[in-house]
Amino acid sequence: MGLTPRPAPRSVEATGGENWVTTKLDSLVNWARKNSLWPMPFGTACCAIEFMATAASKYDLARFGMERMSFSPRQADVLICAGRVPFKLAPVLRRIWQQMPQPKWCISMGACASSGGMFDNYAVVQGIDTIIPVDVYVPGCPPRPEGLLYGILLLQEKVSQEHMGDDAIRREMEPDPKSGLYIPPAAIDELSEPFGNSVHQTRSGL
Amino acid sequence: MTPHNVPREGAPANPTAAALQARFGDAIRRVDVVWGETTVYVARERLLEIVRWLHDDPEQQYDYLSDVTAVEYRDPERALEVVWHLRSLPRRRFLRLKVELPRGTALEVESVWPVYRGADWLERECYDMFGIRFTGHPDLRRILMWEQYREGYPLRKDFPLRGRFSRAEQLRQALAANPEARYSMEELSIADAFADLPDEMRQRLKSGARTGE
Repeated sequence: MGLTPRPAPRSVEATGGENWVTTKLDSLVNWARKNSLWPMPFGTACCAIEFMATAASKYDLARFGMERMSFSPRQADVLICAGRVPFKLAPVLRRIWQQMPQPKWCISMGACASSGGMFDNYAVVQGIDTIIPVDVYVPGCPPRPEGLLYGILLLQEKVSQEHMGDDAIRREMEPDPKSGLYIPPAAIDELSEPFGNSVHQTRSGL
Repeated sequence: MTPHNVPREGAPANPTAAALQARFGDAIRRVDVVWGETTVYVARERLLEIVRWLHDDPEQQYDYLSDVTAVEYRDPERALEVVWHLRSLPRRRFLRLKVELPRGTALEVESVWPVYRGADWLERECYDMFGIRFTGHPDLRRILMWEQYREGYPLRKDFPLRGRFSRAEQLRQALAANPEARYSMEELSIADAFADLPDEMRQRLKSGARTGE
């Protein structure tokens, strides 16, 4: 979808060959990493309430090694954006993302964070993937805690597939210097076209 | 005393309306009572005087300004209205003041900030959303949208719901804003954002005028 693709992992020859030791080390590191993802909660709306429910005792985020909320981006692994993001907050979210050290991941929780949701208006960002790269989208309005847990499991799956030889997981992904965006402007305009019931219909029918 | 069974029309008016008519005469254009709530339309030029009287007069004591907002109607001929909601806690009265700003005239009205300090942010919001200038306000600038917002006034009827610019352009402009910008000279980070601020604000900051924060 117009995203600048992460460079492909270097070939086996270029990395000096994958052998029993490196692959076992990969799986050890990935196992440790995926079970200790520290979330940076960025809760702006009702999704944050479901996120708090997920972190509380009944759903117990601690089972996934995520009970330690990192309220500083410097010590965070996963940015969980729960809720709508207005344009005024866009530079804040971008800066928090850039302050997180590599390797880092992002979960876009809920319809608003993923697509703008019902807020197809002048004030709301139409999907945070127009500001920062996103790994997992969790649908729902808001998603139930099970939904978020499923998203987290998907992210753990993704983390467990990474290779240390792939230096893309260590390199910061830079936005296009000309537009300052990760996605080409034309793609953003296309992504945020009205879909289905939109501004062409008003509630009063007038 | 909560009123019960109030008719839509014909409920007794707030006694303040009669007092206003007796004192200000022609400046009180019209008095409406709908669902027991009194709306007084007043002349634009005498607004501040009237509000000050309502606040100071011992028979009125409107000591609380609960809202300042505006209404634009669908009818393009009809005037914009600026609305003040006043409440008198000692006398348990509620009064709605309105000023009509006819089409074709400047959207300007006096600020009630000299009487109610709480009007500061309410009037800034009204300016931000409708573009109504409150003369005499100490620091009239946007409050909900960011300072450099250029697309207009979002709650006006001629403003498209999704904004005037393309999504990518909106995003580019929003991302260009400096989230650490503060608007008082005491804050160190003002130095970073100084060049981005609107002209008149730079002038004000340079002259050391108070910023209202």
